[in-house]
Amino acid sequence: MNRNGTNHHDLDRLEGGWRELADGLHGLRADPPPTLAPAVLERVGLADAFLTVHGPAGPLLVAYNGRGISATAPAADQAAFLERFQARFRRPLRPADRAPQRLVAQVERFLEPGRRGAPPRFDLRGVSAFERAVLAKAQEIPRGEVRPYAWVAGELGQPAAVRAVGAALGRNPIPVLIPCHRVVGSDGRLTGYAWGVPYKRTLLAAEGADPAELELLGRRGTRFLGSDTTRIYCYPTCHNARRITAPHQVRFRGAGEAGRAGYRPCLDCRPPSAAR
Amino acid sequence: MEPQPELPARLALDLDGSFEELVLAHQRLVYGLALRVVAVPADAEEVAQDTFERAYHALASYDVERVAAMRLRPWLAQIALNLARNRLRRRPPPARPLEDGDGQAVAVAAPAAAQPDQLAERRQEWELLAELLAGLPRGWREAVVLRHVEGLPYAEVAEVLGRPVGTVKTHVHRGVRQLRATLEAREERTRR
Repeated sequence: MNRNGTNHHDLDRLEGGWRELADGLHGLRADPPPTLAPAVLERVGLADAFLTVHGPAGPLLVAYNGRGISATAPAADQAAFLERFQARFRRPLRPADRAPQRLVAQVERFLEPGRRGAPPRFDLRGVSAFERAVLAKAQEIPRGEVRPYAWVAGELGQPAAVRAVGAALGRNPIPVLIPCHRVVGSDGRLTGYAWGVPYKRTLLAAEGADPAELELLGRRGTRFLGSDTTRIYCYPTCHNARRITAPHQVRFRGAGEAGRAGYRPCLDCRPPSAAR
Repeated sequence: MEPQPELPARLALDLDGSFEELVLAHQRLVYGLALRVVAVPADAEEVAQDTFERAYHALASYDVERVAAMRLRPWLAQIALNLARNRLRRRPPPARPLEDGDGQAVAVAAPAAAQPDQLAERRQEWELLAELLAGLPRGWREAVVLRHVEGLPYAEVAEVLGRPVGTVKTHVHRGVRQLRATLEAREERTRR
């Protein structure tokens, strides 16, 4: 109420210049920029953007949202990537307006050979607890090394789940960044890879593992390498195995053989022990 | 632009499936409000993004019953206003008249008043109005923006600002009166 006792508060009821002023004020309503809604949906993880980074085996598409990196694919495969992404995640995926430089730098630093950046954040919604555990194990395998599917199963306390491990790795939504390529057959063969075995071979070679040599060892039946000075046996790509000089290297066809020879498993690469 | 009444219920049942609808229904209010507070469009967009992000996580953490009963518009406006005020405190925009803490009592000269009349005349009317609005004391400005720019009913304006309806009405009235007075003074000057 104003001094005159009439209610002049509600401008809407007023005439003339006041009405014009009200209209003018309402005309100040600003339109939100078209970038707002997509940006919000990306930040809360209901939509994703993708960008391209330099990968160890060629350019790599990286999809991400506010929760982390959600998917990767070889850059040559863009159309199929978009299709697969929609089918699996049922979220819109679009090229990034401007690549977030921090994310690009972090991913490229993480992938750089020799250097060890912290892993980027991953968005693993829709990945089961078992699958997550398998992927976490794969992430423990150092660059340049490989482990068999059976090792992953054993480490998870489910030695019989070798096939399930293979299936979980095959469903890895973020290959290369989550290094499922570091898991191979027990005989060193590069079995199965969502992007094709040649891609897996290129990745491992780029990381300093020698896939041809691994396969050769496997064909000859060698599973573990031991040192006759330390009496310890390792997976062939273990950094400890690589330090064994040729005159001291002993080859084993299995954990039992190594155990009978009086060797114990390496604590770093954790091959199965003879007792198992 | 009035949000569908059943949106809160749908958000409660399926947040991810309904959240985009919430953004589309309220982005104009959230962005517009932020813009009138922080003045810089890029900053307003960030405030608007932060508002919706915060709203999403809040909705995800609330009980179903609580979400279903929410009054989304005043709630979002309140988050936006708080975030915009915080941002302004951290980084005030350049060339903005001073305000007192309450947004009361300080008679602020419209920024354009110091400029040559000719320049002001050439401006679009809304530009002038936006500038005059930006010159109002904070409490009045926020009330005027919510009521007359964004068109919220007084009850919601009061809810957003956390003040009694009567106080809010007074603030709107005083703000509008000052705008009107400044505009009339300008017209007088032009005529002379």
